[in-house]
Amino acid sequence: MSLEFDRKIHEALSNQKLQLKIYANTGRMKEGREASVAPDVLPDYQELRSQANALKRHAIDHLDHYLEEFERNAEARGGKVFWAKDATEVADFILSLAREREARLIVKSKSMTTEEVDLNERLEHHGLEAVETDLGEYIMQLAGERPFHIVGPALHKDRYDVADIFEKHLGIGRETVIENQAAIARARLRAKFLAADLGISGANFLVADSGAVVLVENEGNARLTTTAPRIHVAVAGIEKVIPRAQDLAVFLKLLARSATGQALSVYTSFLSGPRRRGEIDGPEEFYVVLVDNGRTRLLPDRGKRQSLYCIRCGACLNTCPVYRRIGGHSFPWVYAGPIGAILTPQFLGTAHEPALPFASSLCGACAEVCPVKIDIPKVLLELRHEVRRSEAREKRGGAAVRLERLAFRVFAWLATHPRAYRLAAPLGVALLPARLRERFGIDEPPARSFRQLWSRR
Amino acid sequence: MADRVSLFVTCVVDQLFPNIGLAMTTVLERLGYTVDFPESQTCCGQPAFNNGYWAEARTIARHFLDTFETCGRIVVPSGSCTAMVVNHFVELFRKEPETLARVDSLRQRIWEFSAFLTDVAGVEDVGARFEEVVTFHDGCHALRELGIGSGPRRLLARVRGLELRELAPAGECCGFGGTFSVKFEELSTAMAAAKADAIMRTGANAVVSLDPSCLMQIRGALARAGAPVRILHLAEVLASA
Repeated sequence: MSLEFDRKIHEALSNQKLQLKIYANTGRMKEGREASVAPDVLPDYQELRSQANALKRHAIDHLDHYLEEFERNAEARGGKVFWAKDATEVADFILSLAREREARLIVKSKSMTTEEVDLNERLEHHGLEAVETDLGEYIMQLAGERPFHIVGPALHKDRYDVADIFEKHLGIGRETVIENQAAIARARLRAKFLAADLGISGANFLVADSGAVVLVENEGNARLTTTAPRIHVAVAGIEKVIPRAQDLAVFLKLLARSATGQALSVYTSFLSGPRRRGEIDGPEEFYVVLVDNGRTRLLPDRGKRQSLYCIRCGACLNTCPVYRRIGGHSFPWVYAGPIGAILTPQFLGTAHEPALPFASSLCGACAEVCPVKIDIPKVLLELRHEVRRSEAREKRGGAAVRLERLAFRVFAWLATHPRAYRLAAPLGVALLPARLRERFGIDEPPARSFRQLWSRR
Repeated sequence: MADRVSLFVTCVVDQLFPNIGLAMTTVLERLGYTVDFPESQTCCGQPAFNNGYWAEARTIARHFLDTFETCGRIVVPSGSCTAMVVNHFVELFRKEPETLARVDSLRQRIWEFSAFLTDVAGVEDVGARFEEVVTFHDGCHALRELGIGSGPRRLLARVRGLELRELAPAGECCGFGGTFSVKFEELSTAMAAAKADAIMRTGANAVVSLDPSCLMQIRGALARAGAPVRILHLAEVLASA
C-alpha cells in the first residue's frame, strides 16, 4: 500500500467531525434510495435492474456501432462530434475552440468526465476562466478540492464549512444560513451564466437513435450552462451511449431513485443540436466530445467490461461501509467508493495504487444496490488477481510482497498435505502476532483442535 | 438406515472454535443423521483466492474436490466458506471443463449449516432451549452470496426461551474480510466498533451468527468496548437443550 493511501485513510478515520458528516449525508441518500425502490413503491424494481443491465451489456458489446449511430444522428441535427482518446485531446479541443471563438469565460455543469481529465486546471493554465455552476461543485472549486462524492461533491462540508469557504474566497461576511448561502451562489453564478461565451456539460446518456445528449440534474444549472452561452460542449465518456430513446424509460426510473431517492430529478434535459431557425433559445454551436481516456482498455475482458455499465448514481458509495468511513478524498483518483475501486485500476493501471482493490471486505453491499447490476466484488477479485500476476511478472513490490507470496505458497502446500497441515496449523495460530491474537480474542487458543476432539469421540 | 452427512468444519473452526463443530454434530445427530468427518480436509482456499493468488487457490480447491469427491451431502458451519465453494470454484476452473463438472456436482451437495436444516432436513424446530436475549449478525457472504436471511431467524424463533432482537442497521459488514482485517487494520477495527455498538444497542447478551470469523472479529470489538456480550454460532444455540 502506498504511504499516501494509508495516511489518508488514517486521517479520515481520526477526524471525528468528518466521520459524522459522511455518515449522516450518505445515510440520507441511502435511506432515500431504499424508500424509493421499496416493493410497494416500485414493484418492478428488480426487473428494471435486469433490463438496465441487459441494455447496458448490449450497448457496451456493440459500442462501436452505437457510437457511430450517435455521431451520424447528432451531426444530422447540426451538432459536431469530436473523438478524444485522452485528457490532452479533450483539453486541446476545447482550448482551440475557445481560442477560435475568442471565448474567455466558461461555465461548467457537473461532469465527472471533465474531472478525470483535470479540465479546469488545463483551461486556467491557458488563461481561461472556468466556473463550476453546480452548487456543490462551486463550493469545491472555491475550496480548491476535488469532488468528494459522485452525486454530492461537497457532501463532507456542512453549512459552517461553507460559511468559511465563502467568507475566505468570496470576500463576504460570515453567512451560515443555507438558503442565504444558496442565494449568494445563485447571484454570483447568474452573472457568470449571462457573461459566459462557452458552456461545458457532461452527459448522463447519449441516445444513439436520436443523437441527443440527456442531462439529469436538480438545480437547473445544467440547463443554463447548455443554453445561455453561444457554444455548448458536452463532454461524455464513450460508455454513456444507449441504443434508443425508449431505453430511457428504464434508466430514468432507476437513476434518480438510486442516487437520491427522487422518483425523477428536477430537470431532465434532452439536447440535440444547436438552435435551429425560428427557435428562441439554445446555443449557436453544439459539440459532443466522446472521451475514451482508458475506457477501451476494458473492452477485451468480458468479466471486467461490465465496469463500463456504471451510470454514476453513487448508490454504491452511500451503502459502502468503507466509503462511509474513509470518504472520497482517501481514494487515489476522481472516482471514489466501490465503483472507484474498480474503475481507477482499470483506467490508470493497477500499479497506480496496487492496494486499492484490496481495500474492501468484499461485503457485497455495493452489488446489491447497483441499478445496472455491476458485480463489483467479482471485478475486485479479478483485479486482485491481476495485481498479483503483474507483481510476479514485473518483480514489483518489496520484501512484504515477496513474503506474502511465499506464505501463500507454503499455505497451499500445507493445505494439500493433510498430515503436515495437522502439525502446522496449531503452529500457525501460535505464530500469529500477539496484537492480532489479542484483537480477535484468541490469545488462548483451544487446547485441542476439532479433529483431535473428533478422534476421541 | 439413517442419512449420512459429511462435515467440512473449516480451518477456523478446526483450530479456533472446535466447539462449534461439536455443536453442529450434536444437532445433526439429534435429527437422526450419521455424521462423518473426512480426515484429509483442510481449507476451502478462500484466503488465497481473495488475495489474488489464484494458482494457490486452485491447488487447494483441487484438494477439496478430491477430499469430498465420494461424500454425499456436506455441511459447513460458515456461509463464507460455503460461498467460496458454491460461487467461486467455478471461476478458478473456467478453463478446465472436466474439473468444472466435478465442481458442479460438489455445488449441488454442499450446504451452509442453517440452510441444510431448513432446506434439506426441512426442520425449524430442532428441540433447543436457550433462555437468553440474543441478536443475529448476518454474515455478508451468507446473506448476499447465498441468500440466507430468513432461515436462521426461523430456526431461532423456534428455540424455547430465546428472544431475538434485530440489529439496526441490519446486514452491515462487521469489517472482517479475511486479510482485509490485517491489511486495513484501523478501518476494519472501526467497522467492527460500529457493529459492536449496534449489538450493544439491542441490549442482547449474546450475538449469534453463521460465520465463526465474523464472530471472532465481533468478539474483539465487544471486548474493546467492554461489553459483556457473548458470541455464539447458531449451532451452539441449537445444540443446547
